[in-house]
Amino acid sequence: MKLTIEPLLFELSKPGRSGVELPACDVPVLSISDLLPSEGLRSTLPLPELSEPEVIRHYTHLSQLNYSTDSGFYPLGSCTMKYNPKLNEEVARLPGFARVHPDLPDTAAQGTLEVLYSMQEILAEIGGMDTVSLQPAAGAHGELLGLMLIKAYHDDHGQGQRCLVLVPEAAHGTNPASAARCGYTTVTIKSDGRGRVDMAHLRTLLTENQENVAGLMLTNPNTLGLFEDDIAEICAMIHTAGGLVYCDGANMNALVGRARPGDMGFDVMHFNLHKTFSSPHGGGGPGSGPVGIKSILEPYLPVPQVVKTDGGYRRDYDRPKSIGRIHGYYGSFLCILRAYAYILYYGRERLANIAENAVLNANYIRVQLQNSFDVAYNELCMHECVFTAKRQQRERGVRALDIAKRLMDFGFHPPTIYFPLLVPEALMIEPTETESMETLDSFISAMRQIASEIETDPAIVLSAPHETVVHKLDEATAARKPVLRWREQHK
Amino acid sequence: MSYIPNTDTDRSEMLATIGVSSLDALFDQIPQPQQFQGLLNIPPRLDQISLMRHLTTLARKNVHADDFPCFLGAGIYDHYTPPTVAAITGRSEFYTSYTPYQPEVSQGMLQSIFEFQTLLCQLTGMDVANASMYDGATALAEAAIMASDLTGRSRIAMLSTVHPNYRAVTETYLRHINIALDIVESSDDLGDETAALLVQHPNFHGNLEDMDKLSEAAHAKGALLVVCVDPISLGILTPPGDYGADIVVGEGQALGCPMGYGGPLLGLFACKNEFMRRLPGRIVGQTTDADGKRAFVMTLRTREQDIRRERATSNICTNEALYALAASVYLATMGKQGMRQVAELCLQKSHYAAAEIGRLPGFALAFPEKPFFKEFAVTTPTDPVQINERLLARGIIGGLPLTQQRPQLGHAMLFCVTEQRTRVEIDALVAALSEEMR
Repeated sequence: MKLTIEPLLFELSKPGRSGVELPACDVPVLSISDLLPSEGLRSTLPLPELSEPEVIRHYTHLSQLNYSTDSGFYPLGSCTMKYNPKLNEEVARLPGFARVHPDLPDTAAQGTLEVLYSMQEILAEIGGMDTVSLQPAAGAHGELLGLMLIKAYHDDHGQGQRCLVLVPEAAHGTNPASAARCGYTTVTIKSDGRGRVDMAHLRTLLTENQENVAGLMLTNPNTLGLFEDDIAEICAMIHTAGGLVYCDGANMNALVGRARPGDMGFDVMHFNLHKTFSSPHGGGGPGSGPVGIKSILEPYLPVPQVVKTDGGYRRDYDRPKSIGRIHGYYGSFLCILRAYAYILYYGRERLANIAENAVLNANYIRVQLQNSFDVAYNELCMHECVFTAKRQQRERGVRALDIAKRLMDFGFHPPTIYFPLLVPEALMIEPTETESMETLDSFISAMRQIASEIETDPAIVLSAPHETVVHKLDEATAARKPVLRWREQHK
Repeated sequence: MSYIPNTDTDRSEMLATIGVSSLDALFDQIPQPQQFQGLLNIPPRLDQISLMRHLTTLARKNVHADDFPCFLGAGIYDHYTPPTVAAITGRSEFYTSYTPYQPEVSQGMLQSIFEFQTLLCQLTGMDVANASMYDGATALAEAAIMASDLTGRSRIAMLSTVHPNYRAVTETYLRHINIALDIVESSDDLGDETAALLVQHPNFHGNLEDMDKLSEAAHAKGALLVVCVDPISLGILTPPGDYGADIVVGEGQALGCPMGYGGPLLGLFACKNEFMRRLPGRIVGQTTDADGKRAFVMTLRTREQDIRRERATSNICTNEALYALAASVYLATMGKQGMRQVAELCLQKSHYAAAEIGRLPGFALAFPEKPFFKEFAVTTPTDPVQINERLLARGIIGGLPLTQQRPQLGHAMLFCVTEQRTRVEIDALVAALSEEMR
């Protein structure tokens, strides 16, 4: 059956309908005007009116217009779109977790506190760190916390003048944005011919700014899917200069159980539980971005931390040097819970299988497609590989964007495109460990067909997508004349 | 292994295709000293049955609102969630999708966010809303930063009646970018350098603030008015747009999202039209496709970190899309009538409870002159922490002890009564509290 676009909720509304039936008031009803001042009361409430079946059908139709990991392959580089185990969803719905209030006394929440405490310990071990704060609600939130800790450390050591954060040009955009949010100025480090940190440039930057470098933010493996093999030296150089080293853990799926940022010399890192540890992406959130640290940063951790005592687990607020709070409560508990279930399922015996199969799948795609598309840096990769459509663009006028859109016609979600920025016409593919060889083969075959279409019939690629419910969108008008909400007169 | 489809045969075949001898060889790119050898010191694996048993056992160690009537609120609320919410948020077409960067295959999520933005505007009376933030506390902090950017002023005033956790988060955020935070008792304390007045309404104590007065005072000083709302209260309370709010934030958890020990949550963020291009976070807009069909797309993207990098309006790269969806389904299901009814039930039941508790010897309303919506502070004859222990022993989740956060009140606690609480439960609470003076 062909999918069609769905009317808006507001266009389906009809006065007098309702989707809920609430109980009558069982206490004596007082006049509202006796309870609240009249100027504090609203006269109209312009919300839509729908019955329950209409609500369900509307959102079910919308769901059918959405691509998802459960419906197909989602090779988005840097996003780790792995399968989200159903057991974890069942656990997160248990009322003993879902219906727990965060201000209960600790004695009444020992189950949640045990999960939080265990995850502080488990993530620290996986990252090679000394301890973990679970509070950040997302990766970028983790970056912000990590930088605040670095700042607190320097301030506490009389090094408040350190105002620069070094960021490689291949870094995620959140890195410089988080640094700015922490009052830092970013300095970009060039990449070398191998797609790694340009060591000579790093050395120059450190010499020029010796006293002012607060730290370095690095993703490892980097956004090209390559391991920064000079990492030990990089960390040593930053440490010698008096700075600290931050690991953007977005690419931990390449490393779990096989290598640990803490062992490489990183002082602080964040995890993306919604990437590496399978908490669902939810269409853009919620996420969870715990931060692991070496003990030198422990005094500054946000409050509270969960501690284990003879009498059980409790929230510890007694941290005089703490940076304070960064979340209303204790982070994304239900995401942390899902990640806990995921890690226990693999356990110490098989956690490394995640990285092993993720790296295997990425290299399989790289090798199978290297004759159809140019690999940006063609060597053994980690969990993702980056192709460039520069040749196709130059010779046939077909851009990475067109290839991405054409893939939709084959039933695949496109890869990440135009990132990292240093690769022109980048196509960044991350298959994850939860895809079968058969799925990879069908994706490979679609990509090869597109490569051949580009040579023989570029028009079909340029006009893609053809099979989706809507075709190419006018994004320029959307930004120039923004319509950000429905209004009555649009009817 | 059930989550990894590759078999040993697959792996051998793939390794041969790649041209490496073993899985270990794939990691040769990591220098030996940086490779981890051996087994991590984490718990051993659990099969699915044992795992479920372990987690169910942990869940049983928690007191939860299905078993115990909950009179605890203070930012996280036990409101009724109609079954439509779980039915839709449980659809994996939504929950296993990524951020809708590719609009042609993400129209479902994009349209749901556009509808969320509209619903939030309808509820708050504001012009535009974004696709949501991490939580109410960080939304308030982001609003303070946005107000500072908009006005070019570097001081923020916050009423002392704002939730202490929100105050703490805002303080942390502002300190790192050198914006001063002044905690003020009234709008008389605003200065010419104040970028915005931050007000929670109803406030931390459950009381309504005099919004007309605060709005006038803030604007008279050239400052913006930032209001932090409880969206449920907007079923009956004046929408902030009507009293001139410039930015409205709030915690959206009450709109169909689980309490979940305080996370994930749903940060609400709306503002006036003229400030749209300074909004943090994602925004969805309407446009047309190549055939002229209505379609939705993430827009005003040049504000965001992946394009603007260090000059972005915020570092945020997430919205709580699934929880925004929950809130939309909640609001769609409740609709005009349901939202008003929920708000009225909260109002009536909390006032009944307050009157009954206020009559008990040793108990008194802490702010008897001030109107409240669904929460009220009471002074208590004994330590509220111990009162709560005794209430728990009777199967009741009591209110929030205020002794630490509001020492000036002496022994005090904050009770919350939502539409979920029955008269029988309220009477049981009152009966239990009456024991305190015996």
